[in-house]
Amino acid sequence: MNFPYSFPLTRAFSLYLGQIAFLVGESFSSILLGRIRWRLVLNQIVEIGFGSQAVVIITGIFTGAVFTAQIFFQFNALNMSSAVGPVVSIALCRELGPVLTGLMVAGRVGAAICAEIGTMRVTQQIDALRALAVHPIDYLVVPRAVAMMISMPLLVGECIFFALTASYYVATRILNVNSVFFLQHMWFYTHTKDMVMALTKGFVFALIVVFVGCQQGLTTSNGAVGVGRSTTEAVVISSLTILMINFFLTMGLNIIFPAGGKL
Amino acid sequence: MISAGDNLIEVRNLRQSFSGQEILRGVNLDIPRGETTVLLGQSGGGKSVFLRQLIGLIHPLSGSIKIDGEEIAHLDERQLEPIRRKIGMLFQDGALFDSMTVFENVAFPLRERGERSEKIVWEKVARSLELVSLEGQDQKMPSNLSGGMRKRAALARAIITEPACILYDEPTAGLDPIVSDTINKLIRRMQSQLKVTSIVVTHDMISTNYIADRVALLREGRIHFDGSLADLHNSTDPVITDFIEGRSHEID
Repeated sequence: MNFPYSFPLTRAFSLYLGQIAFLVGESFSSILLGRIRWRLVLNQIVEIGFGSQAVVIITGIFTGAVFTAQIFFQFNALNMSSAVGPVVSIALCRELGPVLTGLMVAGRVGAAICAEIGTMRVTQQIDALRALAVHPIDYLVVPRAVAMMISMPLLVGECIFFALTASYYVATRILNVNSVFFLQHMWFYTHTKDMVMALTKGFVFALIVVFVGCQQGLTTSNGAVGVGRSTTEAVVISSLTILMINFFLTMGLNIIFPAGGKL
Repeated sequence: MISAGDNLIEVRNLRQSFSGQEILRGVNLDIPRGETTVLLGQSGGGKSVFLRQLIGLIHPLSGSIKIDGEEIAHLDERQLEPIRRKIGMLFQDGALFDSMTVFENVAFPLRERGERSEKIVWEKVARSLELVSLEGQDQKMPSNLSGGMRKRAALARAIITEPACILYDEPTAGLDPIVSDTINKLIRRMQSQLKVTSIVVTHDMISTNYIADRVALLREGRIHFDGSLADLHNSTDPVITDFIEGRSHEID
């Protein structure tokens, strides 16, 4: 009996998971064996991390602002406007900050990674690398993976910081929430573990974006059309995977870092 | 007759198929050390596939490829790296890294092999670019070069580490006769000055007549002819004469 491989879709999905697993395995073995080109890592940190700041900051500011306004409108009707700070803060740390940063980076960086590697693939530049005895995973994937693992938690932290700053401004200056209540309650109910959860999620989402982008790029075929298709797929697959994995991460991390109380 | 020890590459019963279509059906070929072997054949006949197998870019379905006595047919990417360091390859369109300048492209293999002295890198790049007559073009991007210049820059990249063997994939395809002649002279110069073993895949008979020491003709997935250039021209085999004279049997 050859179940589940008798279904083409199952077979394609198994093959895809196998390719990703191989890519992750090879990359981490190269990282552990010290095959890291730090000059390329720095270039990628500038490309990925530094270059994504504007997108992430704008996302953070407007998410924080609009979320604060909506929570205020609901809570103020119940005379609970002083709870706006902690609700916004915990939601941003535990969910909105990492997820929105992950989605924005998937759109910006995942697409760029896939398009660049995909173009190299269809123009034989990856074969040229191999012919020059340079392993494509060491040269193309490892620097991007290391740069993402370093940059993404920082970007998540930055997104949350700007979101909370915007939240404070909207709540206290526009919606007239008492600033002392806002800050004190936010500080009291937001714990280190909420931030640890945000950074952990950021780290996991970095892996999803970089490995999906690289895998799609490395398997690109059929010229310019193929590059376009791979890039679209890279963004769609990494975005959906981030949303799905986020649920399981939330459930798993909530066991390690349960909501409420002090760490 | 060349003894086995004089062969840099020995290929036995090499087979390859893609999507059920057999491309190579048992290729047997010896590549003598220090000579230029031209592999002729029709477009789509599997010449480039064969060339890519020699450097491990495509794994054969079955058969044996020995380079310097070492079997490479079933080696993985990491195991192939020491073999690939002995071989340079010129891709059909050059395959230059388009995000790097000509200088960075040519210096790439040196830097990747751990050369830290920028003075040595600079000297070797200058010498390689001089060999291919591309002095003064080192700061250009590949997109700003003509087809012939791209191929010459790619050749400079392939020879900078002084490989024992260079594989040329259609080096004169798509070039005008003057640039083709320049490339042919370069291939000859590589052999006379650097004593490299060259394997040239082409269907260009003018190029073949200029550069070949030995010629092999790939037809229907097998080596149909293997001998000297003189043997090729003296052959009365209609397949060979048709190929040399560019004659098809299609009805007008």
